[in-house]
Amino acid sequence: MGIAEKVISGDIRAVARLIRDIDDKIPEAREVLKDLYPSTGRAYVVGITGAPGVGKSTLVDQMVTHLRKAGKTVGVLAVDPTSPFSGGAILGDRVRMQRHSMDEGVFIRSMATRGYFGGLTQSTRSAIDVLDAMGKNYIIVETVGVGQDEIDIVQSAHTTIIVLIPGMGDDVQALKAGILEVGDIFVINKADREGAERTVNDIRLMIEMDEKRYKDGWKPPILTTQAVFDKGIKEMLDEIEKHRAFVTSCPERQSMLKYEKVRNDLSEMIKDKVVHEVLDDIVHSGEFEEALQLIMKREIDPYTACDNIVLKRLKSDNK
Amino acid sequence: MDQKRKIRVLVAKPGLDGHDRGARIIARTYRDAGFEVVYSGLHQTPEEVVQAAIQEDVDMIGLSSLAGAHMYLFPRVVELLKEKGANDIVVCGGGIFPEEDIPKLKKAGIKEIFTPGTPLPEVVKWVEENVKPRG
Repeated sequence: MGIAEKVISGDIRAVARLIRDIDDKIPEAREVLKDLYPSTGRAYVVGITGAPGVGKSTLVDQMVTHLRKAGKTVGVLAVDPTSPFSGGAILGDRVRMQRHSMDEGVFIRSMATRGYFGGLTQSTRSAIDVLDAMGKNYIIVETVGVGQDEIDIVQSAHTTIIVLIPGMGDDVQALKAGILEVGDIFVINKADREGAERTVNDIRLMIEMDEKRYKDGWKPPILTTQAVFDKGIKEMLDEIEKHRAFVTSCPERQSMLKYEKVRNDLSEMIKDKVVHEVLDDIVHSGEFEEALQLIMKREIDPYTACDNIVLKRLKSDNK
Repeated sequence: MDQKRKIRVLVAKPGLDGHDRGARIIARTYRDAGFEVVYSGLHQTPEEVVQAAIQEDVDMIGLSSLAGAHMYLFPRVVELLKEKGANDIVVCGGGIFPEEDIPKLKKAGIKEIFTPGTPLPEVVKWVEENVKPRG
C-alpha cells in the first residue's frame, strides 16, 4: 500500500510520518499531498486563536470531549513558537489534551512555527489536508499567540474563534484592526474573573461599530466560558454549528468563501515555492553571499541586488 | 536549503510521580540545543506515552522518574513501541535509580540512563550522537 492509501485508511503512523516529512520539506511528501488532494475538502475546520495564556488549549480539550460525545472524529493541530535563537521549540499544548491520547477517534499533533519564510502556514495548511484525507470530521487548528501570520492560518478555517480574557482592555484595542475582521465567534474565557462583563461590552461595541460586516448576515456572537470547568463549551459548539449552517445555507456565499480559500492557498503556495527555489539556488551558487558582501560594503543597494537576482531568474525561466 | 531534518523528542513523566522540575529542565535544554520538544506533562500511562510518541513522530522518548516505579514503566514503554512497530524510536531515562537497576533497564531496551549530576551538555551530546532523525 502506498503512503497516500495508508493515510486515507487512517493509518496513524503513516499520517504522523507524512506530517513530519511536510514539516521537514521532504520533496516526496509533496507528491503524496497531490495524491491526497481528491480526498480532501470534507472536514470542517475550526481555527482557534488568541493571545498566549488565554486558555486556547484547554478550550480545545473540552471541545474535543463534546465532539467525541456527539460521535464525531477530531484532528487537532496545535502550533507553538520556534525559538529564534536555537531553532528548537517546546510544544506544550498536548499537556492539556492528554486525556484524549488513547482515543482512536482523536489525532493530536503539535507543530512548531519554524520561523523562516512563512513555512508555518504552508505546512499547517498541508497538515490540515492530511487530517482531512484521513477522514477526521472536525479539524481544530490552535494557533500561537495572535499576529499577522496567525490570521493567515485562520483563512484556512471555516469558523474562526477569537479567544480573549477579561481585563485585556488596551490589548483588545490594539488587536482590533486585524482580529475583529476575522473572528466569526468571540469567546471570553476565564469569565469568572473580574471585568468579564466589561470585556464583553468592549467587544460588542467594536463589533457594532463595524456595521459593514453584517451586510452578509452573520453577526459574530460573544460568549463567556470557563474552559477549566467545562462552562459555556456546549454553547460555543452550538454557535459553531450555527455558523456552519449559515455558511453552507447559501451556495453563492459558500462558493465565494471557497474561492477565497483556494486563492489564498495557491498564492501562498507559489510564494513558498518561488522563495525556496530562488533562495536555494542563489545560496548554492554563492550569488547570495556575493550580494550580501556588496551590500555590506555599500557598493550596491539591496533593492537593486534583489531586482538583479529575481529578474535574472525570471528571464532564464522564460527561455 | 532547509531540508535538514529536525530532531523531535518527547519528554514524558510516566506514573504517579509529580516532580517535573527535572523533566522541564531537560525539555528546556533540548530546546536550546535546537530540538523540537513535545512535552506531554505528568501522570502518563506507558500506553499514553507511546501513543503520543507515534502521533508526534518523535525520534526519541525521554522518560523521567523519581518515584521508584521505573522497573515497570520504562520496559513497558519499550515493549509497547515494539508492539506498535515503532521500535526505531530511541528510549532513554533520567531520574533516581538504584545502581543495580541500571544494567537491567539497559537490557530491557532503555538505551541510556542519566542520573543526578549529569552535566546538561553531556545529555545533549548523547542525543546528537545516538539519535538520528528519521531518514
